Amino acid sequence: MAPTLEERTTRDQIRRNWWLSLPALAILTVAAIGPLLVVLVYSFLTPGEYGNVEWKFSTEGWTSVFVTKDIFDETWKLADAHMTIFWRSVKLSLITTGLTLLVGFPTAWFIATREPRAKALWLFLITIPFWTNLLIRTFAINQIIRTEGLLNTGLLKLGIISTPLQITYTDTAVLIGMVYVYLPLMVLPLFASIDRFDMRLLEAGYDLYASRAQVLRRVILPLVKPGIVAGSILVFIPCLGAYVTPRILGGGKLMMIGNFIELQFGQGRNWPLGAAISILLLIIVSIALVFYVRAINGENRDA
Amino acid sequence: MKRLLLATSLLAASTGFAAAEGELFLYNWGNYTSPDVVKKFEEKYGVKVTITDFDSNDTALAKVEAGASGFDLVVPSAGFVKVYADKGLIQELDLSKLPNHKNIAPEWMNVEWDQGRKWSIPYQWGSTGVSVNTKDYGGDINTSAIFLDPPAELQGKINVIPEMGDVMALATMYYGGKVCDDSPEVMKKVRDGLLAAKPKWMSMDYSTVEKMGNHDYAATVDWNGSAMRARLKNPDVAYGYPKEGYGLWMDNVVLLKDAKNVENAYLFMDFIMDPENAAGLSAFARYANGIAGSDAFMPEDMKTAPEIVTPAEFKDKGHFVTTCTGKALEYQTAIWTELQK
Amino acid sequence: MRERAFSVTNLPGFATIAVAVFVLLYLPIVTLVVYSFNAGSSPSVWQGFSLHWYALAWANDQVKDAGIVSLIVAGFAATISTVVATMAALGTTRQKAFRGQTLIYVMINQPLMVPEIVTAVALLIVFAVVRQWTGYSGLGYLILAHSAFCIPFAYLPIRARLESMDLTLETAAADLYASRWQAFRRVTLPLLAPAIAAGAMLAFVISLDDVVITEFVKAPGQDTLPTYMLGQLRRAMNPDVNAISTILLGVTLVLLSLFYLMTRKRD
Repeated sequence: MAPTLEERTTRDQIRRNWWLSLPALAILTVAAIGPLLVVLVYSFLTPGEYGNVEWKFSTEGWTSVFVTKDIFDETWKLADAHMTIFWRSVKLSLITTGLTLLVGFPTAWFIATREPRAKALWLFLITIPFWTNLLIRTFAINQIIRTEGLLNTGLLKLGIISTPLQITYTDTAVLIGMVYVYLPLMVLPLFASIDRFDMRLLEAGYDLYASRAQVLRRVILPLVKPGIVAGSILVFIPCLGAYVTPRILGGGKLMMIGNFIELQFGQGRNWPLGAAISILLLIIVSIALVFYVRAINGENRDA
Repeated sequence: MKRLLLATSLLAASTGFAAAEGELFLYNWGNYTSPDVVKKFEEKYGVKVTITDFDSNDTALAKVEAGASGFDLVVPSAGFVKVYADKGLIQELDLSKLPNHKNIAPEWMNVEWDQGRKWSIPYQWGSTGVSVNTKDYGGDINTSAIFLDPPAELQGKINVIPEMGDVMALATMYYGGKVCDDSPEVMKKVRDGLLAAKPKWMSMDYSTVEKMGNHDYAATVDWNGSAMRARLKNPDVAYGYPKEGYGLWMDNVVLLKDAKNVENAYLFMDFIMDPENAAGLSAFARYANGIAGSDAFMPEDMKTAPEIVTPAEFKDKGHFVTTCTGKALEYQTAIWTELQK
Repeated sequence: MRERAFSVTNLPGFATIAVAVFVLLYLPIVTLVVYSFNAGSSPSVWQGFSLHWYALAWANDQVKDAGIVSLIVAGFAATISTVVATMAALGTTRQKAFRGQTLIYVMINQPLMVPEIVTAVALLIVFAVVRQWTGYSGLGYLILAHSAFCIPFAYLPIRARLESMDLTLETAAADLYASRWQAFRRVTLPLLAPAIAAGAMLAFVISLDDVVITEFVKAPGQDTLPTYMLGQLRRAMNPDVNAISTILLGVTLVLLSLFYLMTRKRD
């Protein structure tokens, strides 16, 4: 049966979509996804004595993610150290995402509601601090919050506190650092979606006697949701793998999942375990992402 | 913008790859190669030296092992020299091309990882011990108890460098074992001891020079060169050699099998075994170098430094921190993970 | 054009928070710039004004080369990733759901989901093989690797803006017999420009920050500022790094201002 005209245009459309996505997919396949197959293969091999792998099949990389043999009494038990590290990473990433949204939303709103020329300027202003390198920025934050740093000196002089606050090497320091580092990843997508927001809708809302809170909840939030989603993904997922910030500001006493994987590929010399954990992380995040996208798309269709 | 970038890239290409008739690619720890010594070498032989940094033995080995790394010389730590040799990544040295080979100090000639120095030449060596701010604590500092069983004055103000091999070696020796111990009794004590000590630590961080200098820390596990630099900033800082056993390490220059600039590599190796140049490397990196006769050229502040010149009474307490394998490594990784979970 | 309606767009407290955010964002940067002029070697105790560290940085070829390599790689990677991400966003947004759409989405976001060290090790192995085959060892590998992990950062803001952009404008253009390309060039692209700029800036910044992948992919002489600093981490950080960062900040500022002025004149 010959396809109808409508079917044909749809098919053309889909082909066009694939062509448009092709260059990005090609780069990603060569330099990100393809090489991951190597990692998948490595997760089923035997650790080499000095790092790397031996080409002998083994599932130990995978089983040792979940259960470990106690190093002393040789009994099998749940790998609770791995779980603790995993959970801490998730928790800190969630809090960071929440905090960046909390301060990032007003900031993005502020930028988006400037007049057009000033807007570009503010946008530049928010990214400039991030043109200095992550390590240097983290050290600079450390200079400010350390015991004899700017913050404590200032607060002492103002008489707000009488003894210096111990912030460095605490979770608070890690959170401050992570919010700082990941803030633009939240603000820029938020800005992009607020900026195309039709402010007349607000007027309509107020005309209908909505309170400010109601307008925010009922009008603004639903419409900028794509921006919130994009920002949250951009902040949450890299946070999970963060290790520079926890290491420098947190004093490195507690591992995050990124540090743990790093340890396996470095001094721990257990590449298969590192590979297995990475693939597991990838699978979990992918599944979450698929559900997320489905949910968002579903809502959009209803709207 | 694009044109500007292109222009800069061309510029980089012209500065980076000029003088192609004589090149040498050195792969070394970061901030560890004296620019003055390199410049002197470049001027003497007309060879352009390109230095690339690594930050851990494991990264360096992984890169070289992957193949086509493009490097000529690499500077791995003691235990790793054998690994490079066993994996067939480096070539045996032609000693006839190294007249200065005779300058290697006798104690560094027949080392455990390279008898007769046929595969590697000394670069720098040092020890891993503890630094203490003597204003905070006046007791005996020549002990690992400083961080494993800390006196009340130091508790909560102690740093431990996040270096698994070094920390494990100190702890194992403190609890009566040896480096790379694989006896469950000893390692159990190590684990319990470390877990009990950790709440008394402030952080696990590398920046000891600055933070001991600023008095942010009262004590830290430290490398001797860092300890000296901290003391130069703050005279209250003293370096202790734990009597239970402290760590020793040495970095060595090896010649890769797939090196493209072999002749220049020999020239460079011979050049840095000249006592004056060896002292030049030390003056920059702040560690000792293993070349006889270099003392005469060492900077004044290093000639008598108690961190660099090991006091006689502690000489036999140092043990090389080798690269552990098998059961010993399994213990270490598991304990290290437990410690930071 | 949008109506200027300050009263409605004003949400109480938002401006205060925004200004506070800007102040806090700049605090560390200002500290960094100020201390790059410090006479002493301590990065935390002020010991008088000096250009000492600038002189040192200027004399340090390694740090200069690292700065240049950083800029080149970030410039190319940001350009490439933004172009392909824009195309991909156009292909995957505002379409009737089609088979494979979710797959594309997940593929594009893949670099976000894998810790850097994993991609780094994988790339090391793959690129070593390519290097042996081709004998090429230039900056191409770094640029390719950086372009790949920058794609999601460029893609997401663009997608976020496209997602609820007004379709009627393009339909109107099409009704007026504009070709697909004309409609895109004259209608979609200008509307999309802020998001593209945001995406490009994110990509640039992400590339400048990358340590781990660069460390594993770099060939001899291809240290970037972050890998140079990573190498210093175990020893004390030299304040000449502060100086070079300040210079780099200045250079980027000048470049961007020029770019900004140029594009404005064209409009």
